[in-house]
Amino acid sequence: MSVTPQDVEKVALLARLAISESDLPEVTDRFGRVLDLVNELNTIETESVVPMSNPHDMQQRLRPDAVTRDNEREALMASAPSSDQGYYLVPKVID
Amino acid sequence: MTDTALLNASVCELRQQLRDRTVSSEELTRAYLNNIERHNPALNAVITVCSEHALESARRADTALAKGEHGLLTGVPLLHKDIFCTRDIRTTCGSRMLSEFVPAYDATVVSRMKAEGAVMLGKCNMDEFAMGSSNETSFFGAVKNPWATDCVPGGSSGGSAAALAAGMAPLVTGTDTGGSIRQPASLCGVTGLKPTYGRVSRLGIIAFASSLDQAGPLAHTAEDCAIALTAMSGIDAGDSTSADLPVPDFHDALTPDIQGLRIGLPREYFNDDLSGDVRERVMTALSVLEKAGATLVDIELPHSHYAIATYYVIAPAEASANLARYDGVRFGYRCDDPADLEDLYLRSRSEGFGEEVQRRILVGTYALSAGFYDAYFNKAQQVRRVIAEDFQRAFEQVDMIAGPSAPGIAFPFGVKQQDPVSMYMEDIYTLAVNLAGLPGLSTPAGLIDGMPVGLQLIGKAFDEQSILNAAHRLQADTDWHTARPNLGAMTQ
Amino acid sequence: MSWEMVMGLEVHLQLATQSKIFSGSATTFGAEPNVQADAVDLGMPGMLPVLNEQAVRFAVKFGLGIGARIGERSVFDRKNYFYPDLPKGYQVSQFFSPIVCEGVFDVPMEDGTLCPIRITRAHLEEDAGKSVHDAFSRETGIDLNRAGTPLLEIVTEPDFRSAEQAVAYLKALHSLVTYLGISDGNMAEGSMRCDINISLREKGSDALGTRTEIKNVNSFRFVERAIHSEYERQADILESGGTITQETRLYDAEQNVTRSMRSKEVANDYRYFPEPDLLPIVIDEDYIEGIRATLPELPATKRERFISQYGLTGYDATLLVPNHSVADYFESVVKAGGAAKPAANWILGDLSGALNRAEVDITACPISAEQVAGLIVRIEDGTLSSKLAKQVFDALWAGEGDTDDIIAARGLKQVSDSGALEAMVDEVIAQNPDQVAQYLAADETKQKKLSGFFVGQIMKASKGQANPQMVNELLLMKLSDQS
Repeated sequence: MSVTPQDVEKVALLARLAISESDLPEVTDRFGRVLDLVNELNTIETESVVPMSNPHDMQQRLRPDAVTRDNEREALMASAPSSDQGYYLVPKVID
Repeated sequence: MTDTALLNASVCELRQQLRDRTVSSEELTRAYLNNIERHNPALNAVITVCSEHALESARRADTALAKGEHGLLTGVPLLHKDIFCTRDIRTTCGSRMLSEFVPAYDATVVSRMKAEGAVMLGKCNMDEFAMGSSNETSFFGAVKNPWATDCVPGGSSGGSAAALAAGMAPLVTGTDTGGSIRQPASLCGVTGLKPTYGRVSRLGIIAFASSLDQAGPLAHTAEDCAIALTAMSGIDAGDSTSADLPVPDFHDALTPDIQGLRIGLPREYFNDDLSGDVRERVMTALSVLEKAGATLVDIELPHSHYAIATYYVIAPAEASANLARYDGVRFGYRCDDPADLEDLYLRSRSEGFGEEVQRRILVGTYALSAGFYDAYFNKAQQVRRVIAEDFQRAFEQVDMIAGPSAPGIAFPFGVKQQDPVSMYMEDIYTLAVNLAGLPGLSTPAGLIDGMPVGLQLIGKAFDEQSILNAAHRLQADTDWHTARPNLGAMTQ
Repeated sequence: MSWEMVMGLEVHLQLATQSKIFSGSATTFGAEPNVQADAVDLGMPGMLPVLNEQAVRFAVKFGLGIGARIGERSVFDRKNYFYPDLPKGYQVSQFFSPIVCEGVFDVPMEDGTLCPIRITRAHLEEDAGKSVHDAFSRETGIDLNRAGTPLLEIVTEPDFRSAEQAVAYLKALHSLVTYLGISDGNMAEGSMRCDINISLREKGSDALGTRTEIKNVNSFRFVERAIHSEYERQADILESGGTITQETRLYDAEQNVTRSMRSKEVANDYRYFPEPDLLPIVIDEDYIEGIRATLPELPATKRERFISQYGLTGYDATLLVPNHSVADYFESVVKAGGAAKPAANWILGDLSGALNRAEVDITACPISAEQVAGLIVRIEDGTLSSKLAKQVFDALWAGEGDTDDIIAARGLKQVSDSGALEAMVDEVIAQNPDQVAQYLAADETKQKKLSGFFVGQIMKASKGQANPQMVNELLLMKLSDQS
């Protein structure tokens, strides 16, 4: 199953990655090789097999409903590329 | 003890000397810091060195030791792979995306080892976002294998393995998602352990593939790995996938007695694809274990050849979501002058991530996308269970499974860059172990053309003890793990 | 052409937990930006979610409250998309296996009937943060305090056929969740958000038309208006032979129209897959029964009981039940001795009026249930004339003490002594001979009207304290004696 540059562009948009015109052929080719590798999965029958998300049969543990965190804004917002008056800033979004 | 002897000593030996006060942690720390300074320019194994921080910790350790207080690792220097978040110390994950990221928190592994008294010297280089098998994808440049500096050290914990092999620390940490501890351990001639999934907390470890990632130790001996594993392990309420199981003292329980141990040899691992040289080393190692009382049993893992396809759907898919948080908004790399929101996302991510990372994000996104989920992601999850069941069936007949850690020795830079799949084949023997969530280790099995080769041992879930015991016995009966690369100054 | 509207509602309910669904951050409303957002909420590298048990409990409570099947093994999934108020680049939700499965919710309509609405599912998910567009000139500010607040998303089948049904459903839902104590269900504050999926089809048809989704309508009234305006819009298009575009629209309350969302993201492929950082939630019978045992009496049951136990009309019961504090107050009044019907009247009438004007909730009512009971008792036992009751009520509200205190202090005791009343009647008759003559000369109908004059005079003379029934009887008797 081959994949086209258009397919790659569509996926790139979903993943918010920009691929330049000049890179697109090579990216598509390499992407295609990985797909060829994983297409091996088509050759095995797994009709009634339950998909495995986690290797062990564990259940989710529950945490008591309690506030355990205090205001950490200063420490955490120190990593922000752009912030002001306690807000994280991004270019204006029009809804 | 001379500097050289110190730098070659095991954690076990150093620990004793520290407790006996025949060497101080500060002395030890300085020796390793000096060695990093000496060899890192050539090897590029360490991204960040924390001299001041290390010396302060060392002094605190010395104070504790003077009072007779000691944790499992008091005073022992170590290096953490730069995937473990370290409070107030830059944590890059080998990526431009996080090249200036300074976490406000420690990973649980970091805080646990700190609580046991370990002294952190710095952060090791790695393949970007743990994606790679050669440490060639790091934004901070490739790592050189100390055994042959025109060759790769393996990956993604390449910096960790190389640093250890070059004597920059007696103990290093790594993470393993598809082989990233075991394969570099094999290529650098050290011992590396990937615990059972859930044995060690993932909290604070920058996520690659959530259901496959696991942190583990690399050291010169199985005994050292046992000590470190005890310090690292245990349930963490902050990690819902960490197992609620007691942690044995793996070192206390370590024994070289492997009488009656049944070791399975999957015929799928020992087929015609296995190079003669590697087969010879692996079989030699296994015959040592056989002489020590183990029984070698032929077994089958019939779906082995699906492991790579399964892995290269699941890991990239999980990664594509795990890496979506890198968007230039709250932390990490942001492009200059974004014109609008879409531009912010597109350029920050395309400039911040390297080629391999972008490729895997694309593959993962594709495998999850509408129309492909059933054929790729869901299918891979089903095959994953089939592979895990192969192991379960095998473990009805044997106590552990053995094989090569990697298809060959360390290869030269650039040779596997053309075709991504050729690089993926490096992990052909290790991938299935992560899919099944089992513990696996690599222990040195001698040299081929002067380059290290590893024997892989795979254990039952949560039975790290058995594979550590077997490696411990192998190391008692051979001296392969004592071999060190010739680094000039170090071997004087 | 006759168009029928077909609607389904998706309600996002903020659950009233102390901490967030996956982290220990507080959920209190109105804090400074980003002071309630820890590293997990911010999706910082290496952070992992841990599930809040109360969120699970609240979800199960809801499921039991509508008689739905509880999913005994539910799973979290990642819903992947990019938006600045979504820190991880994915929302943790439940897609494949929700915690609450199908059920039917019987919605009480104003006319007393029940409208059964099928609930498809209800699932747990985390809320996103907020974008602030007007605080900065060229940027949007992101506040992640709300990110990670637990939500229960409740989805119905397209069973609604009118705006009236939709509003009744939302009101009943609000009532149910406040009874269960799982949410304050406040549309204005955003703790209950409603998205409406609406399509039209020819009356009698089985097929479903193309639907639009109307988002962010934040009051019952706006829901009604939004539905009507969207119905009009779609009907116009269909009438003129056009087709409906499937899209998301926002309701503009000022213009009373719906608008297409301008930069609505390109048809999103959410790429749902099971969340690998969380494990399946496994719920057994014991757990479910344990929660069932803690359920309060639900609105529907209470309504039936009010009718059968207190003899209330369906209408009164329907009005007393939705707010459980009001229902509780009513029962306290009855327990303290007030008769049910008068209690209902006082609560639904004067008390509600006073509370609304003062913008006070019944839980902070200045008049206690016992005091209302006392007032009713004094009216029933004849001590207080019903005409003076309002005065006493106002005095109670003002805190002048209990009914008896007020009656004593203001000398309001009703005069029911027949001797005294007779004397009053005699006096009024004696003092108004012209009116008496008029009365005697009039026919029955006019007489009824004219007797009012005499009653009025007696009430004035007695400062309202004369027992009106007795006065009437005596007056009639005395006047007829005159003839």
